[in-house]
Amino acid sequence: MSAPLEISLIAALTAVACVLPGALLVLRRMALMSDAISHGILPGIVLGVVAGGGVGSPWALAGAVLAGMVLVWLVDLLVATGRMHGDAAIGLVFPVMFSAGVILVARLGGQAHLDTDAVLLGELAFAPLDRLVLGGRDLGPRALWISGGVLLAGLLLVVSCYKELKLAAFDRDFSEAQGLRPGLLDRLVLVLTCLTCVAAFDVAGSVLVVALMIAPAAAAWLLVQRLGSLLGVAALLGVISVLSGQGVARALDLSLAGSMAVCCTLVFLLVFLLAPRRGVLARRRHLQHNRDRFAVDLLLVHLLQHEGQPGEDGPDHLTGHFGWTGSRAARTLRQGEREGVLEVEDRRIRLTGAGRVRAAEAMVRG
Amino acid sequence: MPVPWWQDYTLRIVLSGAALLGLTSGLLGSWSVLRRQSLLGDGIAHAALPGVVLAWMLAGRRDTGILLLGAAAAGWAGTLLIQHLVHGARVKEDSALGIVLAGFFGLGLMLLTWVQHRPDAGQAGLETFLFGQAATLVARDLVWVGGTAVMALAACLLCWKEFKIVGFDREYAASLGLPVRRIERLLTALLVLGIVIGLQTVGVVLVSAMLIAPVVAARQWTHRLSSMVALSMVLGMVGGVGGVLVSAGSERLPTGPCIVLVTALLVAFSLAFAPHRGLVAAWRRQRNSRRALDHDRVLAALQALAGQHPQEPAHAHPEAVIRGMVPGVGVSVVLRNLERRGLARPEGQDSWCLTPEGRSRRIHRTGMEETR
Repeated sequence: MSAPLEISLIAALTAVACVLPGALLVLRRMALMSDAISHGILPGIVLGVVAGGGVGSPWALAGAVLAGMVLVWLVDLLVATGRMHGDAAIGLVFPVMFSAGVILVARLGGQAHLDTDAVLLGELAFAPLDRLVLGGRDLGPRALWISGGVLLAGLLLVVSCYKELKLAAFDRDFSEAQGLRPGLLDRLVLVLTCLTCVAAFDVAGSVLVVALMIAPAAAAWLLVQRLGSLLGVAALLGVISVLSGQGVARALDLSLAGSMAVCCTLVFLLVFLLAPRRGVLARRRHLQHNRDRFAVDLLLVHLLQHEGQPGEDGPDHLTGHFGWTGSRAARTLRQGEREGVLEVEDRRIRLTGAGRVRAAEAMVRG
Repeated sequence: MPVPWWQDYTLRIVLSGAALLGLTSGLLGSWSVLRRQSLLGDGIAHAALPGVVLAWMLAGRRDTGILLLGAAAAGWAGTLLIQHLVHGARVKEDSALGIVLAGFFGLGLMLLTWVQHRPDAGQAGLETFLFGQAATLVARDLVWVGGTAVMALAACLLCWKEFKIVGFDREYAASLGLPVRRIERLLTALLVLGIVIGLQTVGVVLVSAMLIAPVVAARQWTHRLSSMVALSMVLGMVGGVGGVLVSAGSERLPTGPCIVLVTALLVAFSLAFAPHRGLVAAWRRQRNSRRALDHDRVLAALQALAGQHPQEPAHAHPEAVIRGMVPGVGVSVVLRNLERRGLARPEGQDSWCLTPEGRSRRIHRTGMEETR
């Protein structure tokens, strides 16, 4: 396999692996735990690297997962004291752990061979160089195996606890009442988040991890309703994002992690604007439609009330009576004519038969 | 002989910078913690990167003022985008924040690699931006930090009442006819400024701690907003100065993380030892009330036993009997305490009876309801 193809494969696998915990975090409104965990695991990675091996070594992975658990535990502990809110606890704990990590790097830098830039920004471009070799056989890039393993773990959790996760995400109180232990599930999701952060970290860096976890899931949530389709659509969007990001980065020779993160955000923004029902444009169209419909109703009722009275049915009267602007009045008249509920003839508006019926209905509706 | 720190010019600059920064973030963080937007600071800090790089590209040199301007513009754009995302469609605040944070930061990285490809590229400033470099503060930077501090202070003094009402109860503020959106925008603008000047000192990742930690620490000591904000400013300064001194004491201790860790120590101390909200105080209160309840329960048991012998009020009862009546209480310790208070006295081997005083003592919390 060529290096760019391997990078694509690693990136796509990582994206899908990130989507699983990411979607659950987004639904549970804990999206920023991904940010906190991806930064807070730094001391664990440093200690793991000092204990043996590189950033992708099992020691570093174990250290990172452990640090992630410590972070989650500390946040829980601080919130449980009742002295601060969850977001304050998160915003307090992860910088402290990150600080500890930075200081460790500074103190042990010589032994650790750890570049903090690499930790934050990832080394996806070099991932194909780090091969997994077993018994003399080249089994492909190590990152591919790590991402695949984490993806498998995520799939295992989602498949085995699908019903419980769904209930915990959409109706926590009910799931608590059913004895499904949503708190325990949250913990499991956070463990999965730690694992995924660590795996993605090596290749993607902490910032891209945040983008991959949140953006595709939040975008998918604007498109679909069900958890299953949410996961599927989010995975698809994630893969599209990273692959287009890779394309952009190669074409312009720019930072791989950066352009992938930007593409995640752009894909999200596209969905945000264009989603068929919950997108901004669709909502605006819907609102405009309701507004037009209401204006026509208002006009029809007015005409019905004052039928035969001169002076009440001139188009110029509308701006004064309803406080409409000229364009608003013209728009409403056009709309009414198109729907065949009114007619304009030598500067007088008349109800049609259909218009009379609709005005009466509108009055009954109130 | 090394120069003591108060005579070291560079260190004095850095110390003043860190103190001013701590003061400003303690002040501005109060509002974001109060409004439960603690993590907004983290988002703004990340979002500032593309602004820094763009300003650098356009200006062609690293001038603090221009970089700060760029950072502020990008940070402001980030907060606007977050608001649009939250109001525009079904996107929750945490998701919007995360997306903007990562997207803007990614854009900054792209721009940065682009700058580095250009032949005239100087040293990349990424390291400074990510981790802050308090040691590189010069006197001219102090003008910016000090200016921001003065501006933030003036705004908070002028709009104290408005900030307070909006911070505690947005709906009430709106019902009073206050321009809530404009006040919130002013608070956010101040926050952006505070974060932007913090970037240079502690870096992107750690700015959020600078905003939150002094506030959380100060909150434990007081219930009043005014004293909390004042204390938070002081604690921010203490954290800044302490962190700089700690990192100056050793060769390989980066300043930003030291400041954060020192401020975090202040939080830990406050959480533990603050007089009312402190965990130790709470634990002692709980222990004292449990002890008082235990005393009353044992006393009530003794009175009930004495009631069984109306003719002989000083009839003694074995400790085991009493223990059976008040399960879960360390009876022997309590009995000894009662003896010290002159309410009960031992009689022979492990038997106890009430003194006249103990018999006449009225008990309000008997804890006997469930045993009856």
